[in-house]
Amino acid sequence: MLQTLLPILIFAALALGAAGAVRRIRLWRQGQRTPMVWRRLLLMPRRYLNDLHHIVARDKAMAHTHVATAGGFVAAMALALVVHGFGWRNPILGGLLLAASAVMFVGALAVNRRRLNSPTRPFPRKLSRGPWQRLSKSLIAYSLGMFLVSLPIVGFTPGNLVGVAPTVLGGGVLAIVLAAVLVWGLLEMLVGMGWGGPMKHAFAGSFHLAFHRRPERFDDNHPDASPKKTHDVHRGSRSTALFPLDLTAKTLGVEKPADFQWEQLLGFDACVQCGRCQSVCPAYAAGQPLNPKKLIQDMVVGMAGGSDARYAGSGHPQQAGGIDVGKPGFGHHRGGPSDAIVPQLVEAQTLWACTTCRACVEECPMMIEHVDAIVDMRRFITLERGETPEKGAAAIDNLIATDNPGGLDNASRLDWAADLEIPRIQDRPEGVDVLLWLGDGAFDMRNQRTLRSLVKILRAGGVDFAVLGEEERDSGDVARRLGDEATFQRLAERNIATLSRYRFARIVTADPHSFHVLGREYGAFGGDYVVRHHSTFIAELFDGGRISVAAPAQAETVTYHDPCYLGRYNGEFAAPRQVLAALGVDVVEMERSGYRSRCCGGGGGAALSDVPGRARIPDMRMEDVRTTGATTVAVACPQCTAMLEGVVEPRPRILDLAELVAEALVEPAPAVPETSTSSPSREEEPA
Amino acid sequence: MSPRESTVSPKTVALVSSGRHPVSGRAGRAREDARAVEMGLALVGAELSLGHAGDPQDASLQACLKEYLGMFHGLDDDRGGRLSLLAMSAEDDAVPRLAAWLEQSGVRLVLTGQRAECGEGSGMVGYLLAERLGWSIATGVAAIEHCDDHSVTVLQALPQGQRRRLEIRLPCLIAVDSVADAPRQSAFGPARRGRIELVTDLALASEARVDAARRDWQWEPARARPKRLKVVKSTNARDRFRAAAAKSSASNGQVLTDLTSEEAADKLIAYLRAEKVLAPGDQ
Ligand code: SF4
Ligand code: SF4
Repeated sequence: MLQTLLPILIFAALALGAAGAVRRIRLWRQGQRTPMVWRRLLLMPRRYLNDLHHIVARDKAMAHTHVATAGGFVAAMALALVVHGFGWRNPILGGLLLAASAVMFVGALAVNRRRLNSPTRPFPRKLSRGPWQRLSKSLIAYSLGMFLVSLPIVGFTPGNLVGVAPTVLGGGVLAIVLAAVLVWGLLEMLVGMGWGGPMKHAFAGSFHLAFHRRPERFDDNHPDASPKKTHDVHRGSRSTALFPLDLTAKTLGVEKPADFQWEQLLGFDACVQCGRCQSVCPAYAAGQPLNPKKLIQDMVVGMAGGSDARYAGSGHPQQAGGIDVGKPGFGHHRGGPSDAIVPQLVEAQTLWACTTCRACVEECPMMIEHVDAIVDMRRFITLERGETPEKGAAAIDNLIATDNPGGLDNASRLDWAADLEIPRIQDRPEGVDVLLWLGDGAFDMRNQRTLRSLVKILRAGGVDFAVLGEEERDSGDVARRLGDEATFQRLAERNIATLSRYRFARIVTADPHSFHVLGREYGAFGGDYVVRHHSTFIAELFDGGRISVAAPAQAETVTYHDPCYLGRYNGEFAAPRQVLAALGVDVVEMERSGYRSRCCGGGGGAALSDVPGRARIPDMRMEDVRTTGATTVAVACPQCTAMLEGVVEPRPRILDLAELVAEALVEPAPAVPETSTSSPSREEEPA
Repeated sequence: MSPRESTVSPKTVALVSSGRHPVSGRAGRAREDARAVEMGLALVGAELSLGHAGDPQDASLQACLKEYLGMFHGLDDDRGGRLSLLAMSAEDDAVPRLAAWLEQSGVRLVLTGQRAECGEGSGMVGYLLAERLGWSIATGVAAIEHCDDHSVTVLQALPQGQRRRLEIRLPCLIAVDSVADAPRQSAFGPARRGRIELVTDLALASEARVDAARRDWQWEPARARPKRLKVVKSTNARDRFRAAAAKSSASNGQVLTDLTSEEAADKLIAYLRAEKVLAPGDQ
């Protein structure tokens, strides 16, 4: 009986699944379309094995589990199609099918073990229950069912089976039970794959890998791809520049799910709800109303239409369904492909809480681009609705009026260096080696100390450098992350026009945000420069023997905080550590360092939108520092410095790499007075 | 302020001018004019239209006017704002043009800032307009409390946070104080959608075209004048605060109420004579 039933079951499940898949593709194609190049599907296997699995493998146990389950399933399915579907009952194939089912079964057991909820091993909070919990059982059903129905092919007849089972059941009953288990498995694995069950991740994920909007991420030979894969397990390029927005487009940014590019909708649909993004998100950890995993699921709800009632993971903190809220569960947020996302589906605070630190993107095994989506939605809020959070809007107004977010006189950008006689590039028509880009830190008293240290180092190294002075404008980083692409593009065009008038070999800056924007994002507007972060440049000076430092007087333990825009955005993890090594201090790493560094809370305009939470992100980062026992935390970004110095004392010292090096220089440059200037600065301005 | 509950709203216009950023000197929304637009949007929503008299060839002016149009968001409909640009050159007089335009378009309520941030910045435009049109004018307005087809109730800002409620017959002109509600953000999308309509067909007497008074003036850059320091000797924090917060308010005076207009005029003339503003024989 089973022999006649099996092919019917398998093909029916395949057909049903395929029908669902077609519908699913239609859902994705509601987005803004680019032509669908089916050939790209051929890229999928390599991208899966090379790139995706690489990220999964950061969690070894899970990687093995997934290899067993997914590999077992794919093999078992292919073999079952031949053996049971087309009826080629070859014992060798049958044996292989048994083996594959067995492997999958073992994998499925591991999946279940991970999801047990016992007092000693509570259910991991990052995972989802509901259909995902069901999937763990369905995997067992499928693998076990497939194993048992395939036994006869290698010689175990139903009679033998009956001999195993209590005879009272009888062969017929057993067959029915077996068929039911198998139907369950097939429904989940094949039908569910097309119709939006948890197995959708395999189907959507494959398409997502093939049609990913940032193909450079998979390109090992990309010029940006990091050659050394030491601290950085990234393979392709860190494709991290935001996509430029066409300011003449009909809608600016994303108002409704259908405004996303279709590849983005496809990407959201690939989410496996593994919660890795949730566990690394600084905003989530601080209890701000943002859970990147829930946000992606919200996008799926919007794309497919309906409410979030069926979501069974952790919600956005402070909102219905959030862990710390007494409110009833989900179901209060609704959406549809042509309905506005904010506020029915996602509340604006959720979007403004993001620091654009990219920890989620870095960690996501499905290579989903959370930050792109968040910035797209912010663009609509800022450009169309004019509802940027108050301080953000003020910063944008200042950028428009004065070219810096503080609303200060741009001509005072060099006041801190009044006594340093820094050469202006305007006086060097023949060109210089290094153009020192100051960034908006030049208005901040704390950062002025860093800049003075950097100037001292450059002089000690005999570097031929100059500055733009009052001709320098804000890079546009904050405006862009707050969604004001118009102001960003205006600043970018003006800066590019300014830079085109002068000659220099490269730009050096102490600000990772300027570094990222000038180096990676101006290219789209015609500005191609060699840009170096000061940590890289100082490391080069050490390498070239151009500066030397005295050994530290007393032993000191230092830890280093990776700025997001230097590390995750641009892959520079090594140079700052090289500099610290050259200084001869003891370096201890925080648990979250390198590509897993935790954001200081200052990126993406989050310091301006200042969404309230349970804790402050910089406080949490300082806790990470304290745990190492370090007495000094080395930083490499004015924003990180400001955020970490905002933590109440007593706390470890916060010193920029440039300050540490300048302190230890043995041949200090002549004529660099140590006293701080009394230049007007942000701190002295009335609020 | 909940003026939206007013059922009928009179045809309302906000007159705007090009502002000047105090630090960079760049053109942009003028702070008080932007508040006038905000007040208008809160009152009549997308029905508000804007007006400006200026040089249509001036690109930075266009950009600045767009910034006002960028405030047309968060309203019931997404049509985008409209601004009428009454074409004139820098030598021309804005007042007759604005007056002719307001009359011709049947406007009954005009909102504007108290004084421009550049140009003459005399603060006189509102008064001259009201005089020419024969309208009422209220200056230093902090909020509109109520508005219907015949009258408008406003709160006028007085020194030290005091407010005075005024009920004014329409049509009238309201000059908005800097303590009014802060203007909403100017957004790029609505600014892009907003339309600037050029008005060139105003019927004007030819002698009214040119600003005659201006021709004879001598122009020189303004200098910041030294401020007289108010030294408050009191050791009492409250007094020092009051002294610091006080706008120069007259220390003596009377509030006269319930007078007929004849009596009120007599009192005023008597006061002006006493202050020697009017010569004893003047009428
Ligand atoms: S978005 Fe990525 S990291 Fe987050 S739950 Fe989904 S698959 Fe996991
Ligand atoms: S970018 Fe950072 S803050 Fe934003 S959602 Fe991802 S992890 Fe959270």
